[in-house]
Amino acid sequence: MADVLLASLLSPVVLAFVLGAVAVAVRSDLEIPEPLYQALSIYLLLAIGLKGGSALSVTPLADVAWPVLGTLGLGILTPIIAYNVLRRLGKMDRTNAAALAAHYGSVSAVTFIAAQTVVALAGYPPEGFLPALVAVLEVPAIIVGLLIAYSRGERAGSWQEAMKEVVTGKSIVLLIGGMAMGWIAGKDGMAPVEPFFIHGFQGALTLFLLDMGMTAARRLRDLKAVGVFLVAFGILMPIVHGALGVWVGLATGLSVGGAAVLGAMVSSASYIAAPAAIRVGLPEANPAYYLTASLGITFPFNLTLGIPLYLAIAQWLGG
Amino acid sequence: MYPLRTMKTVTYRLVTIVAERSVRDRLLTSIHQLGATGHTLYDVKGEGTRHAGFSREAASVKIEVVVSPEVAEKVVDHVAEKYFAHHSVIVYVQDVEVVRGSKYGPHNEEA
Repeated sequence: MADVLLASLLSPVVLAFVLGAVAVAVRSDLEIPEPLYQALSIYLLLAIGLKGGSALSVTPLADVAWPVLGTLGLGILTPIIAYNVLRRLGKMDRTNAAALAAHYGSVSAVTFIAAQTVVALAGYPPEGFLPALVAVLEVPAIIVGLLIAYSRGERAGSWQEAMKEVVTGKSIVLLIGGMAMGWIAGKDGMAPVEPFFIHGFQGALTLFLLDMGMTAARRLRDLKAVGVFLVAFGILMPIVHGALGVWVGLATGLSVGGAAVLGAMVSSASYIAAPAAIRVGLPEANPAYYLTASLGITFPFNLTLGIPLYLAIAQWLGG
Repeated sequence: MYPLRTMKTVTYRLVTIVAERSVRDRLLTSIHQLGATGHTLYDVKGEGTRHAGFSREAASVKIEVVVSPEVAEKVVDHVAEKYFAHHSVIVYVQDVEVVRGSKYGPHNEEA
């Protein structure tokens, strides 16, 4: 595990994240322009969709069906676990607990990408169709979180608007749309776009992580407001969810690498799809809680220590 | 030179709303339903008492509409009622002298 940890920490992707955080800490004038950030996130989401779709086109349905069902179950179960932990152990109010539950049940696409990279580098190439699981994991938890909140009283937000945001949000459109494109085009059809979407991928990811480092470091300003419990939650909840994800991955037939990546996905907290939907559906919830926890605590934890840990758990359970 | 002095101008209201990105589409729909005939939209950055500007996903927008005083009042009331409690939003109103007043919908003083 020490080798994997070191290789992961010293990869350009993680180092770029650190550089972004340092730039904020020293008050550098470095700034990633908004349009570049938007372009990079579109590129990354479409690229993983394309890759996943073309892999899906050569994968027998039986190999995909169980992992998809397992992931769907996790997408429903993990927000319920998170909600109960926040309510019972954290004594948090219903609205903020439901908002956080939606985030921790949903998935961070960048954590998924980073996990794929690290796990493959460590010699455990994951299955190519895993992006399909990202799409499956993204939506249910947000719906569960909103359901919990809406079933317990009047809300200031709009249920319909929030649902529209979940289903038509850019990450779902690009992921599912990209997968459909990759599946229809097939392996050979993808060849012309590979230099851009496959070979350029790690470079674009490095730039994106530079921006993530800056955003995460800025969020830390709100750390005092969120309190000790939420900091602990942001580290311990992912470990529980991650172990659960690895176990379900292995039980549904994924390889050690695939199970480790599923663990990382399940452990991660959404910071694109969920915040957008929760802001519309649950505007009463305080964004300082869910954004600081998911971006400022859980994402950096997973990127540095979490992913090697889930791989170690997968090796231990599946080796 | 455009002979501005000879053009008839009419007094309308310029309503400016600066709000978090998440309410943009709903705001625009409501504003048009309340009687605005057009709008100008800007992506903007900033910080306020709610710190919404800290997150990229919570970036802000600025919406400007030129409307009659009656519509301006409706827009301000709507924003206050729907968004003041839980969202990052400010709204302010100015008088503006506009050329081609008929573009902006019916205006009582014109009659």
